[in-house]
Amino acid sequence: MDMKRSYYEDIRLFPSCVTVFWAVVLLAFLLAYPFLFKNYYVYMANYIAINIIVVVGLNLLVGYTGQISLGHAGFYAIGAYATITLMSLAGFPFLAALICAGLIAAAFGFLLGLPALRLEGPYLAIATLGFGVTITTIIGRIEMLGGRQGLHAPDLVIMGYPLDTDRQFYYLVMIITVLLVLFARNVTKTKVGRAFIAIRDAHIAAETMGVNLVLYKTMAFALSAFYAGVAGGLYAFVLRFIEPGLFSLFLSVFFLTMAVAGGLGSVMGPIAGAIVLSFLDLQLRNILSIPYVGDWLRHLSASYFSLTGVSNIQFIVFGAILIAIMLFEPLGLYGLWIRTKKYWKTWPF
Amino acid sequence: MTFFAVRHLTMAFGGLKAADAVSFEITKGEIYAIIGPNGAGKTTVFNCINGIYPPTEGSIIFKDRNIRGLSPDRVAKAGIARTFQNIELFSNMNTMENIMLGRHLFMKTGLFRGGLMWGKKSFAGKEEIENRRRVEEIIDLLELQTYRNKFVGALPYGIQKKIELGRALAAEPELLLLDEPCAGMNAEEKQDVVFWIKDIQDMLGITILLIEHDMHMVMDISDRILALNFGRPIAEGSPAEVSAHPEVLAAYLGTEEAGDAPASAGAGRRPA
Repeated sequence: MDMKRSYYEDIRLFPSCVTVFWAVVLLAFLLAYPFLFKNYYVYMANYIAINIIVVVGLNLLVGYTGQISLGHAGFYAIGAYATITLMSLAGFPFLAALICAGLIAAAFGFLLGLPALRLEGPYLAIATLGFGVTITTIIGRIEMLGGRQGLHAPDLVIMGYPLDTDRQFYYLVMIITVLLVLFARNVTKTKVGRAFIAIRDAHIAAETMGVNLVLYKTMAFALSAFYAGVAGGLYAFVLRFIEPGLFSLFLSVFFLTMAVAGGLGSVMGPIAGAIVLSFLDLQLRNILSIPYVGDWLRHLSASYFSLTGVSNIQFIVFGAILIAIMLFEPLGLYGLWIRTKKYWKTWPF
Repeated sequence: MTFFAVRHLTMAFGGLKAADAVSFEITKGEIYAIIGPNGAGKTTVFNCINGIYPPTEGSIIFKDRNIRGLSPDRVAKAGIARTFQNIELFSNMNTMENIMLGRHLFMKTGLFRGGLMWGKKSFAGKEEIENRRRVEEIIDLLELQTYRNKFVGALPYGIQKKIELGRALAAEPELLLLDEPCAGMNAEEKQDVVFWIKDIQDMLGITILLIEHDMHMVMDISDRILALNFGRPIAEGSPAEVSAHPEVLAAYLGTEEAGDAPASAGAGRRPA
């Protein structure tokens, strides 16, 4: 039994020595990762980390503040395009461009937050969905942004060091991810996070206790959009080429699926959700090259469905996961973890 | 100086006047009660004071300032806190965090200082500790220690009511609105609530405006009472005066002959 002796222990980052130990292990693993795995897995780690950023940000909005967004691909696109454009046209250095891109996305998030003050549930979902779809359509029509042809990312140099490969880019992505996750975690433990939760659980009571709904709802949107914008900027340099088609409605749904599968209303849950689903996303794209299963699927698809069905199999699997989560564990992977922990606490009795 | 006054407050929902020219004044430090049968417009008056409803007419004066039309968070900032008839707690937070939200107005940690909190010496850390200490005092006062780290959604009804009271107290209001603090409680729990309300008045010097159905309790603790029926005030005065008022008796007990009811109390009985 660990006894708490000060109020700070309720909110401190590492509640005990055990957590410090695991944090150090995790950090060591992250540092060693590029030396342990092949190139493809380093690319995968970058992809996963970027998704973690988006989903942690999305979760601040959906999980904590209780406002749904089906338009996060829009913020992601804004971040990606803004980063590249600021670098190639305005000559910004990468990190400055990335932060500005995040702020631009946040400004759009703030604007989207304004109608959200009057919309709830499905209406808000439709409004945000409309935003996401509109943004990519608009970007596709602007010649300066490459239109439908897309844009190539410029060379990436940070303080004189060129970052050309996934391995070199890895550490930058990881540092940003860890910082943003810690930031989100601290926000949820302090005043602003409590106001977010209060708005979700009982917004009238929150208001009568002095929480300014307009300020905090738009803040949640802007913060969440900032995360998506920064992630988008990083993603542009993982792919090195972006085009409007990348930021489709499916991507928004994918982000939301990761948040829900991981567990809304926690910081660790969405991270787990992002890891598992991003991994599946990359692996399922190659499903047709698996020896027997691939042939069988191709056969099945040719006889009963169209061939496009198989190449998009990840969406079918995600749909199934989403339904299973809703049915069996509404709190997602995080809920599963809590239950397991409770179960083993009293083991073997 | 007028501490708190409601003047000719009218709240109309379409053709229905849920509150009709309600006026009363509260002096600092007293316990003032609003009574009335179901649907008399008591909670409507509260919601107007809080800024949840925009009143159709009238004014609400708090410390010589008209607070009518302010948004609920501004009203809270002015120094008015409240509890709800049907508990409105943040069910996925624990007791401590719920009451911490009552400290919202006193905390200056914003998004950045909160997000960048690093150690107990940082601004956000210091502020958290200081405010948690204040909340602990309220937890002690209301004897909620056992429930400190429990999620409030699953706690018993009476405890939830207490936590809500604690949250309102954490905001250090000058005027506290209690919407049926005893609803659904047994005699013993009601007795506890009466003690707490007295304590809050005596020790913390908070003025209390309350709505209550339990006549014994209202008569016991109120300094003055306003009786409403169908949105209209029918009597005001000391507990003894109000309880003896014929219209109040008529509203609560009904009259012997249906046609005999006083115009202000019986006429135009509202459809349920």
